[in-house]
Amino acid sequence: MERPGRAALGAQPRANGCGAAHGALRNGFVRGLPGTQINHVVHNGGLYKRPFNEAFEETPMLVAVLTYVGYGVLTLFGYLRDFMRQWKIEKCQNAIEREEQKDFVPLYQDFENFYTRNLYMRIRDSWNRPICSVPGAKVDMMERVSHDYNWTFTYTGKVIKGIINMGSYNYLGFAQNNGTCQQAAAKVLSQYGAGVCSSRQEMGNLDKHEELEKLVARFLGVESAMAYGMGFATNSMNIPALVGKGCLILSDELNHASLVLGARLSGATIRIFKHNNMQSLEKLLKDAIVHGQPRTRRPWKKILILVEGIYSMEGSIVRLPEVIALKKKYKSYLYLDEAHSIGALGPNGRGVVDYFGLNPEDVDVMMGTFTKSFGAAGGYIGGKKELIDYLRTYSHSAVYATSLSPPVVEQIITSMKCIMGEDGTTFGKECVQQLAENTRYFRRRLKEMGFIIYGNEDSPVVPLMLYMPAKIGAFGREMLKRNIGVVVVGFPATPIIESRARFCLSAAHTKEMLDTALKEINEVGDLLQLKYSRHRLVPLLDRPFDETTYEETED
Amino acid sequence: MDIKHVKDYIYWLYYQYLLITCSYVLEPWEQSMFHTITVTVFAMVVYTAYVFVPIHVRLAFEFFSQIFGGQPDSTVSIVN
Repeated sequence: MERPGRAALGAQPRANGCGAAHGALRNGFVRGLPGTQINHVVHNGGLYKRPFNEAFEETPMLVAVLTYVGYGVLTLFGYLRDFMRQWKIEKCQNAIEREEQKDFVPLYQDFENFYTRNLYMRIRDSWNRPICSVPGAKVDMMERVSHDYNWTFTYTGKVIKGIINMGSYNYLGFAQNNGTCQQAAAKVLSQYGAGVCSSRQEMGNLDKHEELEKLVARFLGVESAMAYGMGFATNSMNIPALVGKGCLILSDELNHASLVLGARLSGATIRIFKHNNMQSLEKLLKDAIVHGQPRTRRPWKKILILVEGIYSMEGSIVRLPEVIALKKKYKSYLYLDEAHSIGALGPNGRGVVDYFGLNPEDVDVMMGTFTKSFGAAGGYIGGKKELIDYLRTYSHSAVYATSLSPPVVEQIITSMKCIMGEDGTTFGKECVQQLAENTRYFRRRLKEMGFIIYGNEDSPVVPLMLYMPAKIGAFGREMLKRNIGVVVVGFPATPIIESRARFCLSAAHTKEMLDTALKEINEVGDLLQLKYSRHRLVPLLDRPFDETTYEETED
Repeated sequence: MDIKHVKDYIYWLYYQYLLITCSYVLEPWEQSMFHTITVTVFAMVVYTAYVFVPIHVRLAFEFFSQIFGGQPDSTVSIVN
């Protein structure tokens, strides 16, 4: 049964929903099956209620080699420049140790500093560009020039107007300076003022905050919720309140820095599983339960799985049905970070749980931010009432942080009600629909043009692979020349050879804007030779699963 | 018109060379240094190939013709 099962699966690549028997393929990696690269085999197809098409095309070998050659050239010149700075042949503009610190631990000698000094500095003009308007579908940018190769910038005083904004996390288009949200926020501002000047436990607990938390709980479909003033701190301060020494955290390898920081601050043992790889997660869970804690072999107090809804650099969506199945099977807890997915996914805009049609009760800790889809600031945690009550008392960001500014709260309340349809219009629903359509359209067109696009076909985060370091800078500059603002990403946010440009779609983008953007991307793609795709799709599961990872993380 | 086309193509090739070698992001003096090194190395490779490849090809040809081509010669001489 085992062998023919494999052959049949390999020969007939099927999309999701196929009832592939569990265990017919170990690790999802088809070993010893020659020729076929396209394997849309998904485990536990029955768990999914909708097709789950997620692909990561392999880096072409030639491109990888040329990328390394490029980094080689830059590194050599970097060493040359460092040598010249050391011997005072040229003026040293970067940070160096002071004379009295010379014998202490070196501060600026590691690779990251070398990279910043000699590689990032050369293309720095593509980042941190100041904008001077609301970051909606179009944005105004301040023009700046550098006369010393990006070490310093001066503003020319001119404003570049009407740049199509493909970089903001403005998924539902609520970043506006007019409309109902703005009016409501302005009204609350004139009533409450901007600052609260106290924390929630003292004098900073407004009726608006209570209203917001009730609304968030209703929006998520959970018993209770709590709002914080900062999304990053929501993660990094609440995880230490939930787990501690003697607990185990199973974290996705591509989790956001806030989750990583929170996990490290908690003092729990951290083990990493391969990105979205359920076989890897199950192996870790199994081993954690079988072996218990290192040395003492006592069982773990708690096992917490940390995943994100949409991974912001890969554009992939978590395999939530499988994670929940595993979580239930091994009786662990699940912490879901919906920073990017809340509002942006699902037929009702209620995040990845809504997208897969699951029960929100199955996720123990629902975390998310108001920064993206809601066009405001802050974060929330939702879950059982006991959990939220516990966090209110023990979480650092609940006790010490200044409470949310009332106009910001009002912006969240208005936009959330709009998405829920409680404002009496269908505007929010239309926005969710528009975003889904824009996403499908933009991704399909880019794929047709022959770019390598990562991630799930429903994810509004669209990474376009650039690979070569010079192309990062060239892409940013060429796109700005054509009046399109894009975000380019390189090391350390991505692996060193997988530099990319990241487009974030918005419901505010009209078809004309997307068509203009696509036309320009096409042009720049031809100019920079970015159309690497050979249409050989390798789904995530087929990335070889390295069996030895677990042994490395064992302590 | 055709000349312009060729010129454009050459410029495009140069741009690709800049991008791939990352000399696109170098400062002008670094760029000229990099180009000098690349051109020198390339010229030396071409010159070496020009000088040595014909000799080696001739030697190889003679060597193989001695192995494979030598025998029928001698057979013919014996028959004669």
